[in-house]
Amino acid sequence: MIVELGHFALVLALGVAIYLTLVPLYGAATGNVRLMELAVPAAIVKFFLIAFSFAALTVAYINSDFSVLNVWQNSHSAKPFIYKITGTWANHEGSMLLWVLVLASFTLAIALFSGNLPQSLKARVLGVQGSISTAFLVYLVTVSSPFVRIPEGRVPLEGQGMNPLLQDPALAMHPPMLYAGYVGFSVAFAFAIAALMEGKVDSAWARWVRPWTLAAWTFLTAGIALGSWWAYYELGWGGWWFWDPVENASFMPWLAGTALLHSAIVVEKRNSLKTWTVLLAIIAFSFSLIGTFLVRSGVLSSVHAFAVDPERGVFILGILAFFIGGALFLYAARAHTLKLEGGFEPVSREGALVLNNVLLSAALAAVFIGTLFPLAYEAVTGGEKITVGAPYFNLTFGTLIIPLLVILPFGPLLAWKRGNLKGTFRKLRTAAALAAFSALVTALLFGGSIMAALGVALGVWLVAGALEEWAHRVMLFKAPFKVVRNRIFSMPGHMWAMTLAHAGVGFIVLGAIISTAWKSEEIRALKPGDRVPIAGYEVVFKGEREVPGPNYLALQGMFEIFKDGRKVTDAISEKRTFLGRRNMPTTEVALVYSWKGDLYIAIGDQSALGGRTVRMYFEPFIYLLWIGALLMVFGGITGLLDRRFRVGVAERTESRLAAQPAE
Amino acid sequence: MTRKQQRTMLILGALVFLGLAAGLVLYALRDTLVFFYTPSEVSEKLAQKELQPGVRLRLGGLVAKGSVKLLDDGVIRFAVTDTAKTLPVTFKGILPDLFREGQGVVAEGRLQPDGTFVADTVLAKHDEKYMPREVADSLKKKGLWQHVQKEQEAASSAPGATTAAAAAASSGY
Repeated sequence: MIVELGHFALVLALGVAIYLTLVPLYGAATGNVRLMELAVPAAIVKFFLIAFSFAALTVAYINSDFSVLNVWQNSHSAKPFIYKITGTWANHEGSMLLWVLVLASFTLAIALFSGNLPQSLKARVLGVQGSISTAFLVYLVTVSSPFVRIPEGRVPLEGQGMNPLLQDPALAMHPPMLYAGYVGFSVAFAFAIAALMEGKVDSAWARWVRPWTLAAWTFLTAGIALGSWWAYYELGWGGWWFWDPVENASFMPWLAGTALLHSAIVVEKRNSLKTWTVLLAIIAFSFSLIGTFLVRSGVLSSVHAFAVDPERGVFILGILAFFIGGALFLYAARAHTLKLEGGFEPVSREGALVLNNVLLSAALAAVFIGTLFPLAYEAVTGGEKITVGAPYFNLTFGTLIIPLLVILPFGPLLAWKRGNLKGTFRKLRTAAALAAFSALVTALLFGGSIMAALGVALGVWLVAGALEEWAHRVMLFKAPFKVVRNRIFSMPGHMWAMTLAHAGVGFIVLGAIISTAWKSEEIRALKPGDRVPIAGYEVVFKGEREVPGPNYLALQGMFEIFKDGRKVTDAISEKRTFLGRRNMPTTEVALVYSWKGDLYIAIGDQSALGGRTVRMYFEPFIYLLWIGALLMVFGGITGLLDRRFRVGVAERTESRLAAQPAE
Repeated sequence: MTRKQQRTMLILGALVFLGLAAGLVLYALRDTLVFFYTPSEVSEKLAQKELQPGVRLRLGGLVAKGSVKLLDDGVIRFAVTDTAKTLPVTFKGILPDLFREGQGVVAEGRLQPDGTFVADTVLAKHDEKYMPREVADSLKKKGLWQHVQKEQEAASSAPGATTAAAAAASSGY
């Protein structure tokens, strides 16, 4: 019964979404205030209907109601409770329902928390959100319903089980985070479309768009980081980024969103770059849609592509074409109505932000071409298959992103309008000295290639550069302690956000470079009692045993880890075979942490000559990657807590800013 | 500089940069593209001199039954077949969890002058039919798809898999 109610609520939500699209937009076009005001209740009702529908599906999963086709295909009664809940979105239909729920939540948030928006702008933003919602609800109701029942009398007793790779805490949280990021960019998109309809983009517009973009960016950063962390400890390949098309699908909106975050600053502070920022907002959400399409249509052959259904692919492609095509058409027709901006000096804060945008866009284009080229090639040649792999991405993305990273610390130190390059460089001399010193030390003491040493220098330059900029800002060592303390405590949240995020980029560079360049690797066929030295450790294989888990059977490889002749710890790597999904065993990696890095042990198959193949890595300082990602996410949160971004303070901040031009 | 000159410089700079970036992408594509072939296609291309040993490529097909052997120190030898032709492959490393005899596989590496294939990466990526998509497509093209499916159905309908113990037993533990 609850399942039918859920389905019914979803159909009702579609009705409300259509209403939310048409009525406020018509009201805004005709200047009818009463019709515009109807957008808010519609957004609220739509949210509750979709939330109810989602809850209904969750209940079906918790109760293991196998009369629901979707539950039967993707669940199992022996599954731990937590995965019964997360199982709701660990499948195609459920994840699309989650997508729509996240969208409805954002729409609700705009409806409730933007009291200071002009009436017509708010109505238009909500209307555009309603139209996106409509498209995806039609998709859910017609070709991708999660509520299809299995005819009575043929209901199976047991489900087929959840994709074993997804039965993991990090990956359970990965889709909601990622979707919150993808869908969050729909707000910037809606604001861009509304601005094009109104023909007006100004500082206030940018100030409204920035927090939404920052929220989406923060979620997306967290989602990508979780996915990468999961790939590291679950796939057993010892890597954390593979340039897999599905990874790229989430990375492309991130690049566009990062560019948008920066260009919106120029719109707000300098009332410039307006048409470009509107275009970027359209592009960022377009890549979210493309990402959804790539992952959900099964068009790519990839570990993640667990949805293969051409009918659905074509449907999502239709949605994609409508929104991207429509938005770009509107942009082409209306962009000239936005007031043209003035020029500015190349050496200035805005000049640096433009360079940031140019390089990020070029990197985005390179990733986009590499991701889609195999598909295009296959379509053009009629079935010839090619792969664009990591070497392509490392070469193109690396070449385009390194200059950006090198100039990154300069940006925040340059003045608006007209900067002074020499003076700025002088302000960064400590960071530069540290970077040069670290390159020298790395090259002389730790070996490795020149490139690796330069990579370490780049990471140090970024972290030290962010810190030095912060030190100048608070006048560390230059002013009396009281002044410094006051400056630290009165520093606005968005400045902390910048320092944290930029330092985070540096940590990611350090983690990536060091863990790649100084990685040790041993692959052996081991018999019980065998000892393998690796990176100062000694790994002793103790043997194997079978241990039943809640819904799987684990084959455990047991290890003892020694260092300097003393036992450090025991370690266990598992291969799990899940109920209902026997053909998809998963690996659980054994990780031994230390401040120097992770010792990583993954067991493989039994080898023909006896013994078990075991893959051992030492990943030095890999945790710097996760620290970097955490800093970026914390930066995002700090920025969102900035009181300037809070509701209703837009006007008040204006005056405060005018009195305090120092930032 | 006047505003107009400034704008012209900006546009020129952007165009030059765009050209450089496009050049970089094209260069990288040409240099890093990897083609996907089945063993039959490899022997065809070799015969027509369209393919030289040493070129990086992806070899796809089924793991030939009874071909998997472990040599000293983790080097694994197996054969990839598309049922028409078979190519021997050596690989040092851990085979992926889903690697099975008689099932689909993609090996990436280089063809040696002696006709063997040295792989540095072995993928056994699967959709729900337990077959890498490229392999399934090329088998379909060759009309061998039915044959493989039947065999897989026979394999998967083997002893009841309702308990963990049975699951483990039938997957070879």
